Amino acid sequence: MIYSLFVAFKMVEIISSDGTLKTGIAPDISSEQLLKIYEHMVLVRLVDERMILLQRQGRIGFYIGSRGEEATHVASAAALEPEDFIVPCYRELGAALIRGFPLYRFVCQLFGNRDDLTKGRQMPCHYAFRDGNIYSISSPIATQIPHAVGLSWAAKIRGEKRCAIVYFGEGATSEGDFHVGMNFAGVFKTPTIFLCRNNQYAISVPYKRQTASETIAEKAAAYGFEGVRVDGNDAIAVYKAVREAREKACNGGGPTLIEAYTFRVGAHSTSDDPRAYRSDEEVEEWIKKDPIATLKKLLINMDYWSEEKDKLLTERLNAEILETVSRAESVPQPDYETMFEDLYAGG
Amino acid sequence: MALMNIIQAVNNALHLEMESDGRVIVMGEDVGKFGGVFRATAGLQEKFGEDRCIDTPLAESGIIGTAIGMALYGLRPVAEIQFADFVYPAFDQIVNEAAKYRYRSGGMFSCPLTIRMPYGGGIKGGHYHSQSPEAYFVHTAGLKVVIPSDPYEAKGLLISSIRDEDPVVFMEPKRIYRSVKSDVPEGEYTIPLGKSRLVKEGRDVTIITYGAMVHIAVEAAMKSEEEGIDIEVIDLRTLKPLDLETIMESVKKTRRAVVVHEAPRTCGFGAEISALIHENAMLFLEAPVARVTGYDTPFPYALEHKYLPDAERILTAVSDVMNF
Repeated sequence: MIYSLFVAFKMVEIISSDGTLKTGIAPDISSEQLLKIYEHMVLVRLVDERMILLQRQGRIGFYIGSRGEEATHVASAAALEPEDFIVPCYRELGAALIRGFPLYRFVCQLFGNRDDLTKGRQMPCHYAFRDGNIYSISSPIATQIPHAVGLSWAAKIRGEKRCAIVYFGEGATSEGDFHVGMNFAGVFKTPTIFLCRNNQYAISVPYKRQTASETIAEKAAAYGFEGVRVDGNDAIAVYKAVREAREKACNGGGPTLIEAYTFRVGAHSTSDDPRAYRSDEEVEEWIKKDPIATLKKLLINMDYWSEEKDKLLTERLNAEILETVSRAESVPQPDYETMFEDLYAGG
Repeated sequence: MALMNIIQAVNNALHLEMESDGRVIVMGEDVGKFGGVFRATAGLQEKFGEDRCIDTPLAESGIIGTAIGMALYGLRPVAEIQFADFVYPAFDQIVNEAAKYRYRSGGMFSCPLTIRMPYGGGIKGGHYHSQSPEAYFVHTAGLKVVIPSDPYEAKGLLISSIRDEDPVVFMEPKRIYRSVKSDVPEGEYTIPLGKSRLVKEGRDVTIITYGAMVHIAVEAAMKSEEEGIDIEVIDLRTLKPLDLETIMESVKKTRRAVVVHEAPRTCGFGAEISALIHENAMLFLEAPVARVTGYDTPFPYALEHKYLPDAERILTAVSDVMNF
C-alpha cells in the first residue's frame, strides 16, 4: 500500500554558513570558475545598489533588484555553455552579465536611450541580448517557460547538444504556462532546465498562498521527470545541480526542475515596499545567509581570495559602474520614427 | 493542374513546404497520426516522421508557446489550433509574445510562425465551433492575418504565410472546406500577402469581403444583375496588412460600399473598413458604408442560417446604399 508517493525532498547544500565545505563533498569546480562566479555576484549586488539609488533620485523610472538571490542566476548561468539558451524571467541580471551582456547596454536599456539594443521600447530590466543567446524579457509571468521548451525541443530535433535554461519565481508555478511548459517538456523529453527561484514571495504573496505543495521540486513528479531542491544561496550547490542537469539534458536524459530555495531580501521592485507585508526579523534571518558573504568566506578559507582583493574588486567595479552610468545618462532618447519600426520584417 | 478542395489545397501546400524546407514543422492536436480532425494534415507524419509532424498534448498555450520557441530557434512551425473558438488559451502567447517579440527585442529576434485555424459558421457548430475571431488579431500590431476564400487562394496564401518572416494567423473557412473546388497548380506558387483580389468587376456598388462570404457576395452580385445593379466584389485575402489602395480605387469608382463578414458587428473588421473608407473617400460616397455582419450575440446553433449573412441580406444592404 502506498502511503506517499513523494520522498521528502532533501535540499542539496555544499557550502556551510561558516565558509567551509560540508564534509565529504569536494566541489567539482575550478578556482577560476569560482572566482568568476564570485566577481559577477558582487557586480550584480553593486549594480543593483546603484540602480535602486538612481531610481530613487528620479534618474531612471523603475528597477528590479535581486538582492539575496545572486547565486541562483550567476552560478547557474556559469554552469552552462555559451550555445545554451538563456530564457530569463526578469530577476536574473547576473546570468546575462556572466554571459557577456555588456553593462553599458544594460544601463542604456534602463535609460531607454538610443544605445539600448532594444531601442527604448520596454520598461527597465526588460532586455534581450542575441549574441549571448539571451532571450527577450516580457512582463507577463511564466510565458517564457514554453518558449524555453520550444527552443530546446528544436535543438533536440536538429540533433544539437544544447539545452535551454528558463528562470522563474515560485509565483510563476501557479500560472498555466508553467504547467503547460513542464508537461510538454516531460512528454517530449526536451533538454530543458527549469530553474525556479523560490524566493518565498511573489510581491506580497507568501509561498504558502502560492501552493499547497511542500516544495516546488516535487511538482516535477507529476510531469514524469526529476525535481531537485538546492540551497539557492549556495553558489556551488546551484552550479553543480545545473551542471548535472545540463549533462543529462544534452545526452538525451530530458528535462530537470531545479528549485533554488532562497529569499528575496529586497523589494519586488522599486515600486514595492515589503515592510507592508513582512517583518524585519524574517529578512534579518536571511541576510545572515547571504550568498556573497558565504562564498567570500569559502574563497578566503581556500586561499583563493583575500579581504584586500575584495576591497580592490569593490572599488574597481564601483568605478566601472559609475563611469558606465555617466556615459549612458548623456545619450539621448531614440528618434520618434523608431516607434514605428521593427513591427514586421523589413521595418 | 488538379481540381482540389480547400482541405486538399492546404494539405498540398504543407506537403510541398515540408519537402522543400526542412525547417517547416507541423504541430497541433490530432495532426500527426490521425491527419487532423479535418484531414488537413493527412499523410504528413507518415512521410516526414514524428519529429516534423507532431501530435501535441491538449493545450493551446503550449502549442503556440513552444511553437514560438521553435520559431525563435530558426524553425518554421505551422501550428494548428483545432477550431478558432479554442484559440483563447493561446491568446496571451500570440498577442503578448509572438506579436511583440521582434519589436521589443529591437529586431534582434523574430517569430516566423504560422498559426492555422478553421473558422466560421455553417456547419451546425454552435457557440464553440463557429466563431470568427479575426478582429482581435487584426487589432494587434506585429501579426498578419490571412483568410483565403477558395482552394487556389488557400494554397498560394498558405505557402506565402509559411515563408513570411512574421507571425501569421491563417484562418480557413471550414464551411467551404470541401464544397468549393478550384483548379490548383500542383507545383508550388505563392499569392502575395497584403494584396486583395478583384473577384468581379462592377460599376454601382463595391462589396468588400473575405473567406466563405466571398461566395455569398458573388451569389448576391449575380442576383442583382437582374435588377440592373452591377456589383463589384473584392476578396481581401489579407486583412493585415490591408490592401487599402484597391479598396479606395474601387469605392472612388462605384461610390458605394458594403462590407460583409460573419463575425459580430460591433468592432468587427467591417467597422475598420468603414472608418477607412469614410476617412479616405468621404466626398466620393453616395451613401454611408453599409455592413452586413453576424449579430452581436454568441453564434447560435438552431438559428445558424438566420445569423449568417446571406444573399438576401446583402441585397437589402445594396438596395439601401443605392437608394440612400
